[in-house]
Amino acid sequence: MSDTHDWIMEQASLLRDRGETTPRPARDPVNQPQVHTWLEAIGDPNPVYRDTPEATEVHGGPVAPPAMAQVWTMYGLDPHRPADDPLHSMMQVMDEAGFTSVLGTNCDQTYDRYLRPGDHVTVTTRLESVVGPKRTGVGEGYFVTTRSTWRVGDEQVATMLFRVLKYKPGPRSSGPDPSSTVRPARNRDSEFFWEGTAVGELRIQRCNGCGALRHPPGPMCPHCHATDQGHVVSPGRGHVYSYVTHHAPQVPGKQLPLLLAVVELDEGVRMIGELRDGTGSRLEPLSGPDSGAVEIGTPVEVGFERIDDDLTLAVWRVVDGGSA
Amino acid sequence: MSVPFSGAASVAGIGATEFSKESGRSELQLSAEATLAALTDAGLSPGDVDGLVTFTMDNTAEIALARELGMGELRFFSRISYGGGAACATLQQAAMAVATGMADVVVCYRGFNERSGQRFGQVQNWAAGQSNTNGLDNAWSYPSGLSTPAATVAMQARRYMHEYGATSRDFGAVAVADRRHASTNPAAWFHGKPITIEDHQSSRMIADPLRLLDCCQESDGAVAIVVTSTERARDLAAGAVPVLAAAQGSARDQFVMTSYYRDDIGIPEMGVVGRQLWAQSGLGPADIDTAVLYDHFTPYVLMQLEELGFCGPGEAPGFVADGAIELGGRLPVNTHGGQLGEAYIHGMNGINEAVRQLRGTSVNQVEGAAHVVVTAGTGVPTSGLVLGRDG
Ligand SMILES: [Zn+2]
Repeated sequence: MSDTHDWIMEQASLLRDRGETTPRPARDPVNQPQVHTWLEAIGDPNPVYRDTPEATEVHGGPVAPPAMAQVWTMYGLDPHRPADDPLHSMMQVMDEAGFTSVLGTNCDQTYDRYLRPGDHVTVTTRLESVVGPKRTGVGEGYFVTTRSTWRVGDEQVATMLFRVLKYKPGPRSSGPDPSSTVRPARNRDSEFFWEGTAVGELRIQRCNGCGALRHPPGPMCPHCHATDQGHVVSPGRGHVYSYVTHHAPQVPGKQLPLLLAVVELDEGVRMIGELRDGTGSRLEPLSGPDSGAVEIGTPVEVGFERIDDDLTLAVWRVVDGGSA
Repeated sequence: MSVPFSGAASVAGIGATEFSKESGRSELQLSAEATLAALTDAGLSPGDVDGLVTFTMDNTAEIALARELGMGELRFFSRISYGGGAACATLQQAAMAVATGMADVVVCYRGFNERSGQRFGQVQNWAAGQSNTNGLDNAWSYPSGLSTPAATVAMQARRYMHEYGATSRDFGAVAVADRRHASTNPAAWFHGKPITIEDHQSSRMIADPLRLLDCCQESDGAVAIVVTSTERARDLAAGAVPVLAAAQGSARDQFVMTSYYRDDIGIPEMGVVGRQLWAQSGLGPADIDTAVLYDHFTPYVLMQLEELGFCGPGEAPGFVADGAIELGGRLPVNTHGGQLGEAYIHGMNGINEAVRQLRGTSVNQVEGAAHVVVTAGTGVPTSGLVLGRDG
């Protein structure tokens, strides 16, 4: 959790340091037809926004509704977002960190002056802040605030603070669904292995020509080129040859962090599998190379995790008191 | 070989799009833009091209690219497998085609929306589901959850640390060098954003022992490189950067990212490449002024230095210490910022940097650079180049 938090804040800091985006011009200058459409949609009868005597008297001609500031620079239906758009980038960071839902919370605009037909505005945006994690009614999340500034030439005409809550929908799910585990591709060369795990046997291919053991298996012995291949059932003892603690990204069917090892069996072949504690329960991996729970050389023995009728995986249990 | 290869073909032009996290356009458009830029750089037009080479992973067909650019007849097209391991081999294909007269002007290209589209850093279910031997190979790792590039490299990195006493800080030296070089490269995503070793050490764990700052970026963009005969390139707009050596390599008991079943794990396939590069070019590590080493993950940069003979087995942590692979050091590595700092364009952007070094136009120029070694993706069957300064 704190790793994720640190990462979010690090990314936020990088995006904040980038400051303002390159000014992006509005598609069209401020114009009366779009003002009319907006007034109709909002139901605003104010005559100063139309070509009327009141507009001439008060403003020397029609002005645009200030609240339309954002309208002029909206992306439209086929958005081509600039790569440096910090809100979009931050949303991607949050998605990646698992905060996948969004809720708009605040939008505060200030107006420096009225816009008039013919004004051509540009907008810049910068990331103002990322605050969290906060527990909210909808779930745990972060408040992401951006500040946009509209200008005509160098003159600032309006600004907006825009805040969204980016959150993990609650309640927390009860964990990964093992049925989503990635399925092994199998064929006649490898089927014996999976048939073995299904009945609690760890099978190692053995060449019926020269007796060589081999994993992963294949149809032709690389030593004697025999295509007659059998197998032995291994007692499933060995030691950790190398290992990794997988923290990110999510892996289908697995709870993170996930401890994985290349195990060297006493027979000399190597296999990849998940590391478990002595009871076969999930080993709570500790971060860092010096966690002590597992190291290279730690003795392990095989166990079997039945995913469903089609798949049973070999897993590796740390042998009690056996840390090398 | 009846046809002399070393120096027969040259890079005549390089091109690229901007590097971003969301290009906002199709992969075909990216590759078309980069190719046009490379041809313009060379002073050639699309009608001059008669060969195209890319990665098997590339989503843009040669004929689609040819249509967009209004190219005429093509007489050579070739694709290389094994992900980023293809990068330098695209130039090998092009240079062989040119040296043997199979083609006159070959463009190597690679374009993708790797950040905004399909992201290679995520679990790739399709890789385990392939109905071919690669899919069968992945059956031994994916179902257990070893299914991301970072985790597969971390497994090698942990063993390397165990065997040689390397530390996370040693990996961090690569990240610091890359980001320093990127910080002064306006084309780099991390332009103006150097990091310290402390930044590296405090970045979050992705696949322990790999931290976030050990991992390359995910990027959108495209790169293209024009190859023609050295003789012809000399008369073109940008001159010739000769291909002095180009090699591919896979080693005994080779897998894609999971070569864990050899007596000694590691990346001996890069040794296969390195030995050929030195033999073809008649050069050795001591002749190399700067190197572009494929850096999707930092530990493999250390292992490459060893496989290429810049130092002995297990000596890379000492080799990279004290800024030795930074500008001004004994072997500046990835002066464009690498794939950690500039962009991840599957290694192709590094070839462009090698060309700039030899033209003397890099933003982080190594004074008098005359020989540059470039490598492609590691942990997979791979490739490499030695490019030289003409004349
Ligand atoms: Zn045999």
